[in-house]
Amino acid sequence: MLDSLLALGGLVLLRDSVEWEGRSLLKALVKKSALCGEQVHILGCEVSEEEFREGFDSDINNRLVYHDFFRDPLNWSKTEEAFPGGPLGALRAMCKRTDPVPVTIALDSLSWLLLRLPCTTLCQVLHAVSHQDSCPGDSSSVGKVSVLGLLHEELHGPGPVGALSSLAQTEVTLGGTMGQASAHILCRRPRQRPTDQTQWFSILPDFSLDLQEGPSVESQPYSDPHIPPVSKNAKVDPTTHLTFNLHLSKKEREARDSLILPFQFSSEKQQALLRPRPGQATSHIFYEPDAYDDLDQEDPDDDLDI
Amino acid sequence: MFVELNNLLNTTPDRAEQGKLTLLCDAKTDGSFLVHHFLSFYLKANCKVCFVALIQSFSHYSIVGQKLGVSLTMARERGQLVFLEGLKSAVDVVFQAQKEPHPLQFLREANAGNLKPLFEFVREALKPVDSGEARWTYPVLLVDDLSVLLSLGMGAVAVLDFIHYCRATVCWELKASILYLMQGNMVVLVHDSGDAEDEENDILLNGLSHQSHLILRAEGLATGFCRDVHGQLRILWRRPSQPAVHRDQSFTYQYKIQDKSVSFFAKGMSPAVL
Repeated sequence: MLDSLLALGGLVLLRDSVEWEGRSLLKALVKKSALCGEQVHILGCEVSEEEFREGFDSDINNRLVYHDFFRDPLNWSKTEEAFPGGPLGALRAMCKRTDPVPVTIALDSLSWLLLRLPCTTLCQVLHAVSHQDSCPGDSSSVGKVSVLGLLHEELHGPGPVGALSSLAQTEVTLGGTMGQASAHILCRRPRQRPTDQTQWFSILPDFSLDLQEGPSVESQPYSDPHIPPVSKNAKVDPTTHLTFNLHLSKKEREARDSLILPFQFSSEKQQALLRPRPGQATSHIFYEPDAYDDLDQEDPDDDLDI
Repeated sequence: MFVELNNLLNTTPDRAEQGKLTLLCDAKTDGSFLVHHFLSFYLKANCKVCFVALIQSFSHYSIVGQKLGVSLTMARERGQLVFLEGLKSAVDVVFQAQKEPHPLQFLREANAGNLKPLFEFVREALKPVDSGEARWTYPVLLVDDLSVLLSLGMGAVAVLDFIHYCRATVCWELKASILYLMQGNMVVLVHDSGDAEDEENDILLNGLSHQSHLILRAEGLATGFCRDVHGQLRILWRRPSQPAVHRDQSFTYQYKIQDKSVSFFAKGMSPAVL
């Protein structure tokens, strides 16, 4: 599924973290797009153009349209070389295209934009850009638009991330274990249930995607031979294989809720103690004293003054 | 310069990588020994160093530098080291009328939005001088430390912008007249507030972590203070130019700081406990 991410179009969020970086996957998807003949625009804010283009061969590099916002994004050098309106202006300009060619826009990175622009403005522009192909009227003339946004998860609170997530058609969360990278892909197709899938992958030096099976179970360290190996996609449920029952049925829950605590002194209890129920003295004790018993009929507590 | 740390990082002053941002981070311990290491490392590598020192005075670094075999005074005199002593110049900003903007101008202004004067200072300091031969190998910017800028009232995004511009200039600038790729290095220190929930510091630390090529994280031991093991150092390499050559690798070592060196050993292998 990882290689058909761009087929759907719309906004694709690549969520990465410090430990599992997402730029190589972004570059791999950009390369794939370029090889498919799509128009590829890069909004480079976080790394320099040289660094982004590194690793691509000249064929790919010629197809990339690079908008450089790394060198002087805030116009501190006052040379007016920067695109007027900054990265947001460049994005808005892309809303007005009329090409039938499908286009991929890579935002490197969306986090950079989100830290410096108001979240609502950014979301509005992203919505406008990624939904160009679905607006009524001109839908036949405008090609499919895919927007790839690299988002660094730790930098933002749940609000902005949630807003972007609701805009996105596809969300790819990067993670991994034992040196093997994985992508958890959540895909929202219109009028269908969202699907999710985990795909293990690695990026080759020429930025092509290599899909893999995932780390083999035998190679997991400290695996206990007494615990059966768990299949890769199943989550381990700690409540299975227990010798006691952790769950309550409905009847049991009702019975528990209506139980009176033993030391709670309610009026019913008071009445019950004051008026012994008839038939209470139905139990008798039969005792056969043997030779060593000393039966003394005197009450030892007689001298106490209670 | 600690030789053992060079071995761990697989680098020497002669063949250090260029164009890299190194992030030093400390949590529950003092990571300034890393700053002293990199300062002496780059001075020995014959680089032009711009040191923005906001925490300690020049004499402090000078005394430690002498133990590590570099003389900061001499480096400053021959132009190899440009030293911004934050503690002294902060007083100048407030008490002396400056004609042109001072690097620490933000201390004077109520709503200083950005660190542009500080960036201009760095750029001037590391600009290649048009003398006949190239005296210094490559420029290096060292900042100790960035968290104090947050305490002085700058926002996390403003500090990130400052580092962004420094990276664009120090690591990647092309000079207009001479096509000269200044592939310099940067080393910055940020404190990790850990449990104290400092959102701005977290944004700064995470934002820089994503941009760094190498992260050195000095942490105190989870069990507390120890006389023989002063802490542990986590080394994380990020963004290799060739992906999958060495996919983000992370190593952890424990260390003990001695008078003139720092000794590193694997976890649990301190000579004192073996």
